[in-house]
Amino acid sequence: MSVEIVDLCVNCWACVDVCPSDAISASNTHMLVNAKKCTECEGDYADPQCASICPIESAILDSGGFAINPPGSLTGIPPETLAEAMNEIQAR
Amino acid sequence: MELEVIDETQASGCSSSGCGSTEDQLAHLPESIQNKVQNHPCYSEDAHHYFARMHVAVAPACNIQCHYCNRKYDCSNESRPGVVSELLTPDQAVKKVKAVAANIPQMTVLGIAGPGDPLANPERTFDTFRMLSEQTPDIKLCVSTNGLALPDAVEELSKHNIDHVTITINCVDPEIGAKIYPWIYWNGRRIRGVKGAKILIEQQQKGLQMLTDRGILVKVNSVMIPGVNDSHLKEVSQIVKSKGAFLHNVMPLIAEAEHGTFYGVMGQRSPEPEELQNLQDECSGDMNMMRHCRQCRADAVGLLGEDRGEEFTMEKIEEMEIDYEAAMEKRAVIHEGIIEELEEKRARIAGVSIPSDEPSIPQDTRPVLMAVATAGGGIINQHFGHATEFLVYEASPQGVRFISHRKVDQYCIGNDTCGEKESALDGSIRALKGCESVLCSKIGFEPWGMLEEAGIQPNGEHAMEPIEEAVMAVYEEMILSGAIKNENNDLSALA
Repeated sequence: MSVEIVDLCVNCWACVDVCPSDAISASNTHMLVNAKKCTECEGDYADPQCASICPIESAILDSGGFAINPPGSLTGIPPETLAEAMNEIQAR
Repeated sequence: MELEVIDETQASGCSSSGCGSTEDQLAHLPESIQNKVQNHPCYSEDAHHYFARMHVAVAPACNIQCHYCNRKYDCSNESRPGVVSELLTPDQAVKKVKAVAANIPQMTVLGIAGPGDPLANPERTFDTFRMLSEQTPDIKLCVSTNGLALPDAVEELSKHNIDHVTITINCVDPEIGAKIYPWIYWNGRRIRGVKGAKILIEQQQKGLQMLTDRGILVKVNSVMIPGVNDSHLKEVSQIVKSKGAFLHNVMPLIAEAEHGTFYGVMGQRSPEPEELQNLQDECSGDMNMMRHCRQCRADAVGLLGEDRGEEFTMEKIEEMEIDYEAAMEKRAVIHEGIIEELEEKRARIAGVSIPSDEPSIPQDTRPVLMAVATAGGGIINQHFGHATEFLVYEASPQGVRFISHRKVDQYCIGNDTCGEKESALDGSIRALKGCESVLCSKIGFEPWGMLEEAGIQPNGEHAMEPIEEAVMAVYEEMILSGAIKNENNDLSALA
């Protein structure tokens, strides 16, 4: 079991610093997870640490291939209420 | 490698001759603090014309999300906080600092400002500070932070040559915070909304208090976000002052859709220059306000308002041989010279700047804002159409004082591919809102008409004259011509 970082990653290094398994390293393109080392933080933390600090939605997938931070989860605004939120913000 | 000599006559940095000349914001500070800030370009208004700063981008990670920040930071064409082109390792950063300090001897200050949060990258940030405080002892070190990890870092910060810390504090109310910070990373968890904002605010306030208790200078930055924290910032200003922050810097939100920030994409507006100025004025009753901040990049190099980062890419630095011992000797001589010049200028200005004995100006005449186009040297020497920023001055019976600089939207200027010429001019006129006159060396026919229509009187009659004198002369002309109606007199005439 291992998470995967995909090419939405912006190379901010935040995940590298918080990974308890030392499983993440930089590459020419984006951060990479060593699947042999990654434990998805099981036993150590409630949630995978990389995905708890990652600022980019959908950049980290769980072992099932699903985004741990799906669209709207980090802005706090789910896609279905986006238009409403936009109107509110633009009225400021 | 020998560096090319940069043409010093080129317009660079802020070109106001008298930023803060009639009102020294730092004058009330204890002498020990004044000595600390006198050659710091970000803290001392007149020092920023003479001393340079640089940022090294060693801190990519962040522990919070701000709605005005986009974590994709590799653009070389933008100049704003959080943006950087080349991440450095601590070793590379030290090499770069030495190269810049040797080639730009006016560089007195090294800051770590990101592109993430420096204290969320403690190893990279403190390795850099440790090496610099040993190897370049003549450089002041400073750091800026969102404050979340600050209380844990105070001990380590106090060990190095760090006497300045900037904390960005946008609110003291978690409900408002939740509209600015969607989440924080805290003790291994992502914490969202009001709960996260509450922790952040507590950490910021605790960190601020710990720093001032130890005598470390703290400046507070606030981003003014219309409809979110604008009126709230007055309270923030009072609180941070009471905890001992020595300067409060209220900056306008930058939120362009093309920057990809949440606010930019969602259409959150930035404050109008007038709104910013009013807020700064309202806060200034409570504390020192900083008005010359240019909101520079996390890897900026040079005087405020300029960026010479391109001359010091890692590729170029690798080829340089730097003898820092020798450079330090040269730097000391140059710094002494600059301080001497600064002190002379400070003394001169203290003597002449306030024409309070001017009998022709009744004390109840209202103040007037004027914009100035200048390429440097403290004189009016720039064509209206070439100005990338205007300096705004206030003329009143008390004299002339620098208020702020206002940027013209650069991406519309001189580039055929982006928008019409019309919009560039509109942008300039928008930037001048609230000003009644604009002083420049020359101006075209078309903008003249548009400015007049907008109620701003163009004036090219004071080309090559010193700014303050010209502004005062125009003010007197306006009074004589009746352009400034004295409201009080009008009222008494009616009564």
